[in-house]
Order: sequence, then structure tokens, then C-alpha cells
Amino acid sequence: MHLHLWIIPLLCFAGFALNVLGGRSWSRRTAGAVGVGFVAAAFADALWVASQWTSIVHPYLELHGNWMQAGLLAIPFGFQLDQLSLVMLLIVTGVGLLIHIYSLGYMAHDGGFYRFFALLNVFMFFMLTLVLANNYLLLFIGWEGVGFASYMLIGYFFNKDSANRAGMKAFVVNRIGDLGFLIGLFYIFDRFHTFDYTQLFPMVQKMPVEASWGGPLTIIALLLFVGATGKSAQLPLYVWLPDAMEGPTPVSALIHAATMVTAGVYMVCRSASIYDRAPHALEVVLAVGALTAFFAASIGLLQRDIKKVLAYSTVSQLGYMFMACGAAMYGAGVFHLMTHAFFKGLLFLGAGSVIHALSGEQDMWKIRAGSPGGLRKYAPITFITFLIATCAISGIPFFSGFYSKDKILYDVLTSGNGSALWWAVGTVAAGMTSFYMFRALFVTFFADPKAPAHASNDSHGAHGHLPHESPGVMTGPLMILGFLALVGGYIGIGDRFEHFLDPIFNTGVPPLPVHAIAGGEMTVSVISVCIAVLGLALAWLFYMKNPELPEQLASGMHGLYDLVLNKYWIDEVYGALITRPLAAFSRVVLWRGVDVTLIDGAVNGVATTAEIAGDGLRRQASGQIRSYASWIVLGAAVVLLYLYLGGRTV
Amino acid sequence: MNFLNHTIVSWTVFLPLIGIVALLCVRGDAAVRKVALVFTALTFLVSLHLPFHFYSTSGGFQFIQRHSWIPAFHIQYLVGMDGLSLWLSVLTTFLSVIGVLVSWKSVQKNTKAFFILLLLLETGMLGVFCSLDLFLFYTFWEVTLVPMAFLIGIWGHERRLYAAVKFFLYTMAGSLLMLGCILWLYNLTGTFDFTVIKAGLASGAFVLSPTTELVLFLGFFIAFAIKVPLFPFHTWLPDAHVEAPTAGSVLLAGVLLKMGPYGMLRFNLELFPRAAQLCSEWIVILGLIGIVYGALVAFVQPNMKKLVAYSSVSHMGFIIIAIFTFSQIGTQGAIYQMLNHGVSTGGLFVLVGMLYERRHTFDMKEYGGMATVMPIYAGFFVLIVMSSVGLPLLNGFVGEFLIMVGTFTSAVAHAHVYAIIAATGVIWAALYLLHWTRNTIWGELSNAKNKVLKELDRREILVLSSIGALTLFMGLASPWFLNKTAATTAANVAVFQPASPATAAQRRTAPPPLVARTAARLTTGGGQ
Repeated sequence: MHLHLWIIPLLCFAGFALNVLGGRSWSRRTAGAVGVGFVAAAFADALWVASQWTSIVHPYLELHGNWMQAGLLAIPFGFQLDQLSLVMLLIVTGVGLLIHIYSLGYMAHDGGFYRFFALLNVFMFFMLTLVLANNYLLLFIGWEGVGFASYMLIGYFFNKDSANRAGMKAFVVNRIGDLGFLIGLFYIFDRFHTFDYTQLFPMVQKMPVEASWGGPLTIIALLLFVGATGKSAQLPLYVWLPDAMEGPTPVSALIHAATMVTAGVYMVCRSASIYDRAPHALEVVLAVGALTAFFAASIGLLQRDIKKVLAYSTVSQLGYMFMACGAAMYGAGVFHLMTHAFFKGLLFLGAGSVIHALSGEQDMWKIRAGSPGGLRKYAPITFITFLIATCAISGIPFFSGFYSKDKILYDVLTSGNGSALWWAVGTVAAGMTSFYMFRALFVTFFADPKAPAHASNDSHGAHGHLPHESPGVMTGPLMILGFLALVGGYIGIGDRFEHFLDPIFNTGVPPLPVHAIAGGEMTVSVISVCIAVLGLALAWLFYMKNPELPEQLASGMHGLYDLVLNKYWIDEVYGALITRPLAAFSRVVLWRGVDVTLIDGAVNGVATTAEIAGDGLRRQASGQIRSYASWIVLGAAVVLLYLYLGGRTV
Repeated sequence: MNFLNHTIVSWTVFLPLIGIVALLCVRGDAAVRKVALVFTALTFLVSLHLPFHFYSTSGGFQFIQRHSWIPAFHIQYLVGMDGLSLWLSVLTTFLSVIGVLVSWKSVQKNTKAFFILLLLLETGMLGVFCSLDLFLFYTFWEVTLVPMAFLIGIWGHERRLYAAVKFFLYTMAGSLLMLGCILWLYNLTGTFDFTVIKAGLASGAFVLSPTTELVLFLGFFIAFAIKVPLFPFHTWLPDAHVEAPTAGSVLLAGVLLKMGPYGMLRFNLELFPRAAQLCSEWIVILGLIGIVYGALVAFVQPNMKKLVAYSSVSHMGFIIIAIFTFSQIGTQGAIYQMLNHGVSTGGLFVLVGMLYERRHTFDMKEYGGMATVMPIYAGFFVLIVMSSVGLPLLNGFVGEFLIMVGTFTSAVAHAHVYAIIAATGVIWAALYLLHWTRNTIWGELSNAKNKVLKELDRREILVLSSIGALTLFMGLASPWFLNKTAATTAANVAVFQPASPATAAQRRTAPPPLVARTAARLTTGGGQ
């Protein structure tokens, strides 16, 4: 059975190429149809591929010549389909298609329609290359390529300086992570002389579990993880993701929530064979994941911009996925990756629908002020789907996020690689998640309890006209994602989802003995549910019942409040310690000091000395190139003379 | 076909000279341009014969043509090509066509003289890459110098004379050193024939004392290092680039700089391997400084052309470290990176030149928001910048990755450290190139003078799309290029490979301090 996997990413590339070459002269309808059509075809092809699952050997491989070769190095254009890439393939094409359709409505009023779809398509091309690659270097094509697409789409409104700044920041910060990734790749090649998964992992699996920090697999695992912290916005490289919200909202949904930012998680899961033998690296992954989950959630508590809340929430949720990886329970990480793609994609699309309803307003309090009587009345579909997603991310029982997040917390507590400490950190972060998400929900969709009840009659909102529900092309994807965010977790009941992935994640390392918990999974679930409900209740108390309370609390401890409100001043610290000193050093010391004064000064000094040294020569050096030409002739004459004399001595 | 294969190199080299004769016969600027275009295009087409008839299995010279030239001194007209010179020649003929096209409107004074010099320059560059007689090599080397100095000095910008003189004197100083070494070699061996000298040195028929070898090595090396330019010999480059006309910059960055690494691979490594090994660490360190230093200085340039010039210092550093860590993967990468740099940086200079033609300034502050008025230009800008940043699937990544992997896995001491420092280049390149992009094509169109700028015309689109297509093709189909160079590079590095893998591991694990080691090797006179 030949699946021709290469067609799937190439379909997206074709959409990109057509829109780049012809889109400028096409109508919006044509450009949009091309952009959506090719992704739809890719999704259909992905479904067909999935339907052939039982008739192929796993992993299924196809090779299409070499991309690079030199000496021992040979990198094929090779694609691989196994359990993990199948899951990713369906998530990326499925969610990707929904967001493409949504964009038809969302971007209807913006310029450069064709450019938007071209870039979304090229993103899909690179993302699909990333998940279908059969080797690390081809994965790296996708890895860098999605970074490029992200750069272009964050800066989509290129007249806006803040957008350009954010795009550049995303690219450069990602490159810092990529440096680690690249060095990890060098180590892999140095040691194993291949990047192909199917050749590399069997070799890795013959190696012992490493007890020391200096073991080769531990070094490789840590370096690869540096790459993951860049792409998946973990501490300390998360700083680009909140700024990335400058991009159009569908971009935030597709790239900065559902797919691209999970590439780091995918890569770590793909490298399970390596991580399983590097327990110290797993400790780092777990700690970074848990700390990021907590840290980002705490910033999310005080954001006023709805997209910023979701951005920090994404950083935090990615932290959960890494916690799962760090506990060596990769299946739970991929499970959360999937449910997160549904509910976080939905949250962003819902936020986009809200922003669309209020002509670009993103401040939640202004949205509330601009929607007399509560936005939920004007945009019911948006409200209901946003509510479902909020319940899902907060871990309310029977919604998808509950199953995946609960699984992670349970695994972190019980797995031999996990610990009670990180479980506790994750659980507190879950409480904060519930709080900030319901805060966002209440403030955005419910009327201000302080406002007079008849406000809807005498004011027509801050923008002069009332908010409206989005068109069907936008609410359709919302409803589909809402359905998935609701039921997407059931696939994991009884660990069915994880067992499906077992062939990838059983890497031959016997699991460490589990920490037994009284009451088993039920205990953990009950604690999780309690804390989720607590977060919900607090949000209700603060923003519905007693709106004065937040201000009173803030003034009570404004040192901490300011610290969190200003996002721990991390951007400022990076600016003061790295960015500005680097620019100043380059300008003052390297350029003006070393280059112009020292080196070029010396060069010109030599020239001047030579000029002054000989009065006769001075006239020759006065800039007449013609005279230099005569010097060459003279030189040639001397040479010939020398040859004549010297030649005879040989 | 046999006749063609035996003379194809000469056809390629001297077609531009025939073009000069034709130029002398026509009148009128329009005719001059067309004739120049026809002859550069013809040369390009003729040069394409080379890769299609090149035997990739052979590491030696092909298409050899030999005639006696000055018998009294055993000077021959001896030309030929191996994997090292093959693609550089094609790059030269390609960029010469680009050079003519970008000068179409921008050169208005002394048009005929301009194109004559351009064609003369092309002959010189091609001659450098295919000469197998040292005297012939030196002749062509000097031939490239004069037309380039005139191109800068006559058709350049405000400080053109200063830049031309600096360029000329600086590179001339290096050339003279090289000339001295060539004559010394002749004195020792009695021949200018490169193949004879190389075989003699390898077999022991000619013996150089360690000191002689070192001095000869350094003489050649400094000439080439100035050309590269290797830090700290680079300060002529920003001046030359800023003042040069666009075609001059394209050929200077695209081809003339490549004569440096070409010379190192051809002469320093093939003739003086022991000295090369002896000096390699110092050279690699200079290359690494160049990578970081060039990038950081590029980052703070307010002048766009200087930014691209310093980026060359950074990019060329990669090539140097690959050459002097002696791995085959790295050397393949170095050759590829030479081609990539020619295409990408040539492209960047074309982009700068197109803005200059419209606004007559290189000052970055004068621009911003160009994507609003010139969207097609902006598209090409992003593509070529990304090729220079090293985005995978475009050409730059392949070369850089091969260089870094080759360096990392090479047998020299500190290989890992070298590769890791070089790899920081991925951050620096993104920093200065995206900074430039942000300030030039993105942002608000605030400067009123920019609001009326014209979008690219068809000629300009042709130039940029041929460069753009090449970045994509070279990024996708690198084996097509590198298969032809593999045998040559394998032979090139074979002499440097340690006798057993164990020695390689040993060298990497516990090397004594650099200075002590160099001193020890100097006194023992060996490269081991």
C-alpha cells in the first residue's frame, strides 16, 4: 500500500504558491477559495491516510531522494507515519481547516487577503513536514519553517511597529532555542551518524539508562529540550508568545495555541527513547514544565487584554504537557496536546469572535462596557462555545480538559519519575487557571453588576452601535470545536488513547515503581475538581458578586500585585541585561572602537606613514589609479628580470 | 565533443574578451548594453557545458588544456577544472549576467568603458578559478584587481577614490606577498605547473624545510585572507562596498571574495598541508571572531550597504572554519557556502542597489514601510533575507549546516567548541537581518519621499526572480551540486585524516594549550 504522504504537505505548498504568484490579481473569493481549498484537500487526504491505517505496516516509511549528502551524512526527504504522527496529522489538518474557514469571515475586512491565506498555507506546509518527517533534520525544516510563518503572520499588520517588533522577537528568541536544538543534532550525528528515527532509536534503545548528568543521551536530551523551550514558549524563553498576540486572532488560534507551539512537546515525545534513558533530563523537563505552568498562570490572573490572558494560559498549558513528558508519561502529554488544540483553538476563535463583534476591542473591561446587558445576549453561540472551552480548560468534570489534565496530575504524582511537589505546583496552577478563565468569561460576557440594569436602553455601547454575533462562516467552526472540546476527552477514558500510542512510547526502559496513593486516581480527581470549582467560585465572587473586592485586595498587597501585573518585569530585565548592552557594546566597543579606530586606524596609519616616508612615493599614492597600473607594469618587469636571473640558478 | 571538452575552459574564459572587441565596434549606450548582455549570457550558457560533462567520480582536473606560453621560464598556458573550481566558474558567469542587468539604468556615464571593464573582470575571475599554472594564476589574479578598482573609482559614490585606492593597495599588498612566494616556489621546484608541484611535494620529490613551508604558507595565506576578508584584514571591504556601483558590489561579494577561500583550498591545503595543520587553530579562531564580530557590527550599521558588507565578514567566517578543520562534510559545506554566499549576498546587494536607484541613499533611517509601495520588492526581500538567515529549504541552510556538522565531528582539537561558537551565528544572522528588514520594508510609510516610489519593473523582477529561484533550487537539490565536488573534497582532506579514529578522539579530549602546542610543533617541525 502506497500512501504518498508527501502529497499532504505539498497540497498546502501548492495553495501557498498559487496565492503568492497570482493572488494579487484575484478577488477575495478566489484567494480565499484557494487558501481553504488546498487545506481541505490536505485534510481529506489525511482522513484517507487514516482510513488505510490497518492495511499498512507501522511505522510506514517512504523515501524520496536526498536533500543533503556529504561524506557520511545523508538526509533523505523521508516521511513516516506511525501512531504519533497520525494523531498529529489529524489534529493539524483538522483544526487547521476549521481555522482557515473561520478566517474567511474574520479577515473579510482586512487588506492583503491573499497574503494572509498564502502564509497560513505555508505554515500548514511546514507544520505537516514537521510531523511527517522521518528524521530530525527534516523535522528541523518544519521547525524553522513554522517559525518563519509565525514571524510573517505576527507581523501581518506590517505598518504597526509593535507587530514588527513582536515578530522579530519571536524569531530571534526561537533562534536562541534553535541553537540548543542544533547543537543537540550535532551530538546525535557525532555519536550515531544518522538522523533517521528508525535507525537512530534502535541504537539508542541498546544503551543503558544514564545515571550521570554528563551521559551522551542526557546531554542530547537537554539540548533538544532547549529547542523545545523556545518553540513551545517555556521558561526562560516564553517571552515571545505573549507579544505574538499582535498577529490576527486566527493566527493566534492556529499557530500560537493549537499547533506550532506544541511542536516542542511533539519533538520531546518523538525523542522518548532518548529521554527515557536520561532521567536527569526528565527531571529538568518536569521542573521547567511545572514552574512554567505555575508562573504563566499567575501572570494570567491580572491581564486585562483577553488575548493576553489566553496567551499566558497557553504558556501555562504547554507547561502541563511538558510535566507529562517529564514524568515519562508521554501519552498523557499528547492527549492534553490534543484536547488543548480543541479548547484553546476554540477560546482564541471565540475571543476573535468577541473582538470582531466589538470592532477590534480586546480589553475585557471595555468589552463589558461596550455590551450593555452582557455580551452573551448579543453573541449567544460565541458565549456558549466559549463557556464550553472555559469549562474544558478549567478541568470541570466531563469536559475534555478534565480528562487530560487530570491524567497528567495523576501521573506526575504517581509515576516513578514524578513527585508530590510538582503535583502540588500543578494543582495550584490548575486552580489559578480556573480562576482566570472564569474571570475572563464573567467580565467578557456578563453585564457589570455595578452598572444600572436599564443601561442597555440609554447607551448604545462605546462604539455607537451594539455588538453582533459573527457570521456563520465563523460560528460554524466554533460549534464544531465546541463539540470536540466537550467530547474530545472521552477518547482517553480507560487510557485507550495512551495505549494506542504505546508502540511509540514503550522504549524498552522498565518503568520505575509507582508511588501508591490512597484511593488511587479518584483521590487526585476529587482534589482537582475541588480546586477547579474553588477557582470558579472565587472568580464569581470577585467579578460578579462583589466587584470591589479585587481592588481592595490589590491595595492590601500592592508590592506583589505590581510584580505580577508587570509580568515580573521579565521583559525589562532581559532588555536591561541582554538586548541593550549587546547593542551598545556592538556599536561603541566593536564598531567605533575596534573596527574604525583600532583596526582601520592602523591600516590607514600604515598607509599614511608610507606616504610621508617617501616624498617621491607620495605623489604616486595621491589617488591616481592609472599610476598604480604603471606600478604593476613596473612590478612585472622586475619579476621578469628576477625570473631571468633566478631561473638560471634552478 | 572531444574538441569542445578540451577547449571549453578557454571558450568560457575568453568569450568576455571577444565581447570587449564587439563592444569596441558598436556605438550608442543601448547597443553597448545589449552586446554586454549577449556576451555575458553566452558565457553563462557555455559555462553550463562544464557541470553537464564533468565526471563526478574523478577528483582530479578535467577539461585540461595545455600550451607553452613563455618557454624561457617554463610558463605555460595550463587550465583545467576540478570539483573545487567547477561551480565557482558557473557562479561567476551567472553573476556577471546579473551584473550587466543591474547596471542597465544605473550606469549612465562612460557606459562603454563600464561594460568593457565588467567583461574584463569576468575573464579575470574565470581565469583565476581555472589556472593550473601559478604564473598564469597570478596574472589573472591581478587582472581582476584593476577593473574592480576602476569600477569603484569611476562609477562609485561619494568617497569612491578613497575606497578604490584602499581596495587596490590593500589587496595589492597581499598579492605581492603571494607573488614572492610563487617565485620562491619556482626557484625551489623549477616549474610553475601546479600539478607537478603538488605531486612533487606529496611524493617527496621536492622537499620543503618546515620553516620554508610555513613561510610559503603564510605568504599565500595572507593574500587570500585579505581577499576573504578574514578578521582583522576586513576593513577595506565596507569602504569598497559602500562606494562600489551595484554590479561592482555583486561581483565583489559574489565572486572576488570567493577567490580567498578558493586559494586556501587550492594552494594552502594542497601544497602545504603540514603548515596548514600547524596554523589551523589560529586561523579557525580568527574565523570564529569574524562570525560573531561581523554580525554584531552589522547589527549596528545605519548604512544598509555596510550592514551587508559586515554580514559578509560573518558569513565568510563559516567558510574559513570549515576549511581549516579539514573534514569532508565541512569542506563540502564550505564550497556550497561559497556558492550560497555569492547568490544570497549578491542578491542582498541587488536589493540595496534597487532602493538606491530610487532614493539615492543607503541610510536605513530614510526607509521604512517599503512593503506598502513596493509589495513585489518586499516579497523578494523577505525571500533573499531568509536565504541569508539560513532558513531550511533555501540554500544558506545547507551550507551552514554541513559546515557546522563537519566542524563538530572533525578530528581537530576543540572541534565541539568551534562548532558551538559558529552555531551562535544562527542567532546573530537573524538579529541583524531582521532588524534591517523591520526598519526597511516593514513599518509605517512615514517618509513622504518614499510614497511615490515605483514598484519593480520587468527587468528587475527578472533579476530577482532568477536569484530567488536559485536560492530555492539550491536549497532543495544540493546533492545535484555536491555530488560533483565530492571526489575532489575527499582527496583534498584525505591527507589530514588521522591514522586511526583513536587519535582523533585523543586529540579532542586532552589537547595541551594552544600556544604551547604551536611552539612545540614549530620546533619539531612536524604537523602531527
